[in-house]
Amino acid sequence: MKFLTEYRDPELVTAYLEEIHKITTKPWTLMEICGGQTHSLVKNGILEMLPANITMVHGPGCPVCVTSVSVIDEAIYLAMQPQVILCSFGDMLRVPGSKKSLLEAKAEGADIRILYSPLEAVQLAMQNPEKEVVFFAVGFETTAPANALSVVQADQMGVNNFSILASHVLVPPAMEAILGDDENKIDAFLAAGHVCTIMGIDEYYPIAAKYKCPIVVTGFEPVDLLQGILMAVQQLENGTYEVENQYARSVQREGNKMAQDTIHKVFTVSDRIWRGIGNIPQSGYEVNDRYKEYNARIKFHINIPLAEENKECISGEIMKGLKKPKQCPNFGIKCKPEHPLGAPMVSSEGACAAYYHYADASETSMEKETVAS
Amino acid sequence: MCLAIPGKLLAITAQLDETFRTGKVSFGGIQKEVNLYMVPEAKVGDYILVHVGVAINVVDEEEAKQTFQFLKDMGEVEELETPNN
Ligand code: SF4
Repeated sequence: MKFLTEYRDPELVTAYLEEIHKITTKPWTLMEICGGQTHSLVKNGILEMLPANITMVHGPGCPVCVTSVSVIDEAIYLAMQPQVILCSFGDMLRVPGSKKSLLEAKAEGADIRILYSPLEAVQLAMQNPEKEVVFFAVGFETTAPANALSVVQADQMGVNNFSILASHVLVPPAMEAILGDDENKIDAFLAAGHVCTIMGIDEYYPIAAKYKCPIVVTGFEPVDLLQGILMAVQQLENGTYEVENQYARSVQREGNKMAQDTIHKVFTVSDRIWRGIGNIPQSGYEVNDRYKEYNARIKFHINIPLAEENKECISGEIMKGLKKPKQCPNFGIKCKPEHPLGAPMVSSEGACAAYYHYADASETSMEKETVAS
Repeated sequence: MCLAIPGKLLAITAQLDETFRTGKVSFGGIQKEVNLYMVPEAKVGDYILVHVGVAINVVDEEEAKQTFQFLKDMGEVEELETPNN
């Protein structure tokens, strides 16, 4: 556990913790959505400071973790085309596809570049007119405006050797899928701050009402997370189910309209298969007809068969909040960050990697014993 | 890669048209070209929240500095080190 003095505002941390301990009378299960929040909760030792009655489970909020095996296969197929330069965010390279990862394809000679921004991929296309540049456009609502803007820029400049492989996922439909599951255990959600910086918070009102589930839009620093948890527990203890905004310093109710307009200009809402979870209707973005020449799936006539997921990986149960990473029999044994069996072991925002790196060893053995008995 | 990182807008570097409005942004010393299309209100000297090369919001200076330090401690700003290809 961390020393309290290491936090940005130790007094506030103490005050929120005391209040959470004071008001919690029943067991509650809370899910945070964003992988950045998962990373922060685990790395900062917050899970150990909460009352035993409060269980935090870690939702599907890391694009690396939810991009389906088939989409990784599509990216690898594109990367193997001789004229193609495939560009991606770095985290995606180690995610296993059905046969290999992008990193392995790169070792076999595929031209794969790690970029910081999709807009750099447009530049790269302009510098390499004899090549086809494809950007692997993964991400949640936070990333969608940048990916959409790359298409708008390419179109404006007549860059016709650029396209994107869109694998966008949307948070609210995933929350509904989790809450609607027969086995659902989630009592309240911490919604992802930066997703709401873009999209605003209006989408969450119908979900909170329909499932009688408090939703607190929350930041990712320890003080934010503890305040978000406190607000959610207060609601649960009082029997209310409102949408609240803990992260008002970065989230306005209406979000960023320019960003939303850019998204809607380029993308249309589509069904999307989530790794470990399966198809969630209307839970993704695909390039719309107006910009179809920038859709790599159409441009390269991709027709990759749907791939089986690795049955040894229980990431679906983890992301639905039914299990914790250490309850996976492969955790730390067959599955480690150096040899990930499943995607949540790849990036530090994946729940399995976060537990692997930061949760201390004694807790590991204890939990293993509990699971085994 | 899901988080947006705050930085200081040092200069407006390109203004071809609104979709290409670009600025130089310093993230604790690391400088990056950032697209400003979605924050038309941003001025030189402002702190802006940037995600994968695109600014998405203008934020308070003090807040920005503390958040940046937190993200740095968390190892979340490593993506800024990705070399421009
Ligand atoms: S430990 Fe590995 S195999 Fe198990 S759920 Fe996590 S990623 Fe999948």
